[in-house]
Amino acid sequence: MKQVFHSVTLDSEKCKGCTNCIKRCPNEAIRVRDGKAKIIKERCIDCGECIKVCPYHAKKAITDDFDRIFAFKYKVALVAPSLYVQFKDKPDVNAILTGILDIGFDDVFEVARAAELVTTATKKLMAEGALQKPVISSACPAIMRLIKVRFPNLIPNIVPLLAPIELAAWLAKEKAIIKTGLNPNDIGIFFITPCAAKVTCAYAPIGIESSLVDGSISMKDMYLRLLPVVKRIDNPKKLATAGLDGIGWAKNGGESSAMGSERHIAVDGIWNVIKVFEELEDEMLDDIDFVEASACVGGCVGGPLTVENSFVAKTRIPKVLENTELSPSPYRWSDVVNEAVKWKTPIEFAPVMKLDDDMSVAMQKLEELEEIAARLPKLDCGSCGAPSCHALAEDIVRGFAVETDCVFKLRERVRRLAMEMVDLEGTSFGQGRKKRKQ
Amino acid sequence: MSQKISLHYDIDGKDFSIAGEASSSVKKVLKQLGVSPEIIRKVAISMYEAEINTVIHAGGGAADVEITPDRIHVMFSDRGPGIADVALAMKEGFSTAPEYAREMGFGAGMGLANIKNNVDEVKIRSALGEGTTVEITVLI
Ligand SMILES: Nc1ncnc2c1ncn2[C@@H]1O[C@H](COP(=O)(O)OP(=O)(O)OP(=O)(O)O)[C@@H](O)[C@H]1O
Ligand code: SF4
Ligand SMILES: [Mg+2]
Repeated sequence: MKQVFHSVTLDSEKCKGCTNCIKRCPNEAIRVRDGKAKIIKERCIDCGECIKVCPYHAKKAITDDFDRIFAFKYKVALVAPSLYVQFKDKPDVNAILTGILDIGFDDVFEVARAAELVTTATKKLMAEGALQKPVISSACPAIMRLIKVRFPNLIPNIVPLLAPIELAAWLAKEKAIIKTGLNPNDIGIFFITPCAAKVTCAYAPIGIESSLVDGSISMKDMYLRLLPVVKRIDNPKKLATAGLDGIGWAKNGGESSAMGSERHIAVDGIWNVIKVFEELEDEMLDDIDFVEASACVGGCVGGPLTVENSFVAKTRIPKVLENTELSPSPYRWSDVVNEAVKWKTPIEFAPVMKLDDDMSVAMQKLEELEEIAARLPKLDCGSCGAPSCHALAEDIVRGFAVETDCVFKLRERVRRLAMEMVDLEGTSFGQGRKKRKQ
Repeated sequence: MSQKISLHYDIDGKDFSIAGEASSSVKKVLKQLGVSPEIIRKVAISMYEAEINTVIHAGGGAADVEITPDRIHVMFSDRGPGIADVALAMKEGFSTAPEYAREMGFGAGMGLANIKNNVDEVKIRSALGEGTTVEITVLI
């Protein structure tokens, strides 16, 4: 999995070069250089923290333009359950799905249904004792990338199953091929996404070589298009099939409830997840079978591309089901699904924090790094463009910065230069003038 | 090659919640050095056990870490009560952990055994009333 694309990007016109994002990035992946934020691609996990914190909205998630769907003869929308809870008045899943057909899609597929199948698969693997405990959910791609770059020892604990969106894409594509007889290239599979992390998956998927998702449309964008349409629908088509086990995945804790395991923890918010992962890595936490970890506070309802306040959205999950008449799903558990949902390519550790490939060079750099860090003022003010003094020291040994990027070091240097100037004035300058006179 | 990185950590005997900090910080360093995940795992687990022991059984102490290209060596030292019978303490299930520590889930008597299983060498020196040193070595 070579990662060249990231959904999270910078709008440099809006960027003021402030220190908000550099401090909030959990992977120290952002620096301010020449007055603008720069994202270090190898370190970015697309968690969207910077998007949420930027007061100037300079950080954004690149998504696909809605009109791109019309490049395909047959268009299928993969609908994440977090979309259902964005609607205020009596949200009815059937009406929302019908609305999606009305605005241009030929078919819809509920990611929540795929989620239910993933839960079945996970339960099976757990029961067979095939998984290393505590088992970590593979649902949030930002968390998968976090493990990939920072917690290599937790890779064996990840459920080796595709996230519901990829399973949904596969099922939807199969169905469309059979139904339409079209060339697979004429079928467009579009995901309505709550976050940047899932957009990136279309380019750099987890667990498979290439994704079946052709594009990702922002949930915000879809919501605005759907709002007037959904209101007018009196006779919705009976399209909804997913129950609470699937729809519950919209919030952190939902997957764990569906698993029915008592020995589980559900952790949300990237910083909390990092804390728990540190402890898991030291094997400090026993008594746990299953870990559901979401980068966003509240889970996907807290995704950076959602509209509704995540705390409110969460409470709507049971209400959605009260308002929706469910039909039986045509997608059942089968051996074929069982095969399809398995990872085809494992996650590989990407040691992005490594200072050098050669350990003894890395040791030299580390020593140098600590020496430089000891000289810096330890104020972590961020004026140098690095998130902390220690991070600046690291940038210096990596060759990306110099000590005088630190404003205090610069001031010292300027003061010293000024003193030298004064000295010069008094001695050589004066002499020089005398000499000239002669 | 005499290259060496030395790190020193004080282990606070009063604050439980920060036990694990030395381990965390060493993990970060090892990742920067490009040490393999398997070695990092061994160091992290054994350091955490030894840190917790230093807090619970000895009321605090220190950890001195030395990293050379071929090994990671950590010495935990404390001025606690010492261990009467080291061989017995190493046995799985032996524990003198106080009640409050048991309530927190410690005291299964598994720590030293866990260290032994994860490192290439462990050396314990202890004198009653004087203190204990636990030295662990993990070969790279
Ligand atoms: N630094 C120390 N100072 C004094 N006694 C110690 C020290 N480290 C270990 N011991 C003694 O060795 C015993 C065994 O330690 P070990 O780590 O194996 O088990 P534990 O700490 O009691 O329980 P667990 O590690 O399973 O929570 C301890 O109960 C204690 O009596
Ligand atoms: S928690 Fe959900 S919305 Fe947030 S990054 Fe993970 S998958 Fe995306
Ligand atoms: Mg112990």
